[in-house]
Amino acid sequence: MAADATPARRTAGRWASRSVLVGSLTVATLLGLWFVLTSLTGVIDPNRFPSPAQFVAALQQIATAGYAGGTLVEQILQSLWLVVTGFLVAIAVGVPLGFAMGYDRRIEAFVNPIFLLLRPIPPLAWIPLAIVWLGISDAAKIMVIFVSAFVPSVINTFTGVRGVNPTLIEAARVHGAGRGRLLREVYLPDALPMIFTGLRLSLQASWTTLVAAELVGAFLGLGRVLSTAYRDINTAMILVAMVTIAIMGALTMQLLVALERRVIRWRTL
Amino acid sequence: MRQTLWPYTLAGIVLFFGTWQGVVSIGLVSSFILPSPLDVIERLWTMSERPFAGFLLYEHVLSSFLRFFYGFALAVVIGVPLGLMMGRFRLFEEIVTPLFEAYRYVAPLAWVPFAALWFGTGIGGPIMVIFAGAFAPCVVNAYRGARLVDRHLIEAAQTHGAGEFRIAREVLLPGALPSIVAGLRVAAGLGWQSLIGAELIVVSSGIGYVMVQGQSNLSPSTVVAAMIVIGLVGLVIDWILRAAEARVRTKWSRT
Repeated sequence: MAADATPARRTAGRWASRSVLVGSLTVATLLGLWFVLTSLTGVIDPNRFPSPAQFVAALQQIATAGYAGGTLVEQILQSLWLVVTGFLVAIAVGVPLGFAMGYDRRIEAFVNPIFLLLRPIPPLAWIPLAIVWLGISDAAKIMVIFVSAFVPSVINTFTGVRGVNPTLIEAARVHGAGRGRLLREVYLPDALPMIFTGLRLSLQASWTTLVAAELVGAFLGLGRVLSTAYRDINTAMILVAMVTIAIMGALTMQLLVALERRVIRWRTL
Repeated sequence: MRQTLWPYTLAGIVLFFGTWQGVVSIGLVSSFILPSPLDVIERLWTMSERPFAGFLLYEHVLSSFLRFFYGFALAVVIGVPLGLMMGRFRLFEEIVTPLFEAYRYVAPLAWVPFAALWFGTGIGGPIMVIFAGAFAPCVVNAYRGARLVDRHLIEAAQTHGAGEFRIAREVLLPGALPSIVAGLRVAAGLGWQSLIGAELIVVSSGIGYVMVQGQSNLSPSTVVAAMIVIGLVGLVIDWILRAAEARVRTKWSRT
């Protein structure tokens, strides 16, 4: 693949390196501006937004001494465990259900009305009910994350399976493929890109929901760090928590994208 | 060979509501855990007649909707021009992209503490959280729409002496409109959901607050009733934007 370094590709490469340069310049300028506005001139009150030095100090504090009931690593692990569990349970139920709905119209007709009734309710609106049922426990948060991650995985799997080329299905049937082979070798590969789109949306929804659920009530976790820092008006710690949440979200997403690339290699021709 | 599917649909609905009402009526699940559908309807009725948590039901809905509307409008007014400019000017795109990508990974609800500290918990804070939720789809779709506009159209406008503002208004915006309107629907859904989250955490009125009160009064029928109202309002918002989308589509295919 490296052989086809056409002129168009080279230009694209130059564009890319230029945008990297401009991008890093922007980030550097912004960091400089941050320093000037907070530490140097004090235009921004530290009770509104922390200075870089305060940010680093807060990061050190939570990393070594801990904050809001645990060190940074413990808080991350707690949040990660909730997101991953909720996400995995949701896709373990959602993908097969969406698959069945796409494969068999009777199952779609049976499930769809219930789905249509429940779908308009935003996942975050399940938080109070989850607390009534399960208290401020891990189970309550996993339940809400499940609800939020469930919907995109069902819808996209369903759309993917329904969109499978009928000619392909007929061709496979004519050649004597049984139901098992049909599912494995025609439906699944053709629907996979859509399924992965659904998984990405599910993962994103999982993080959003986790933050909300932990803000409403938690004993440990990144959302708990956020809410404690808010009560203490510790803006540096708020920023540390926000940045950590963003990094964790980005890392898990990169992991999923890497998995997608491995699984659907033939699509990237 | 069309299958008759309606019996399956009917069976699904009957089974859903039947099981729901059934487990509560038999006493399998206490009504302190799960209210029956009838309890919920009754609760909706009382909440619209007698004030709960300080206001009547429709007043809570109205205050939530206004917050949503302001935050959403702000996201559209800032996000769409930003996206269009990113699509029009390469350098601008390169400057904004790293910041935008960083912002996109911050969950909207993670803005709640800063929003409350900067703008208070009354109306400013929630508006900022809704803004954080609805902003990204506005920008992304305006950007995509602007990139789809035929470059020759822009060049033609330029040779006829149109300034940047006229190009934006008369070439870029119309060309990108279908994509933008599609983005607005996504943005509205995310914004509405972010508002509910914000109301659960910091606000003392609105439909999300009704849920918090219901939860702390151990009244699950209030919680479920509020969930249904939230779902309905979300449906109405989506329905309005869908109508707008359909209008834009038909208008564009005609010319």
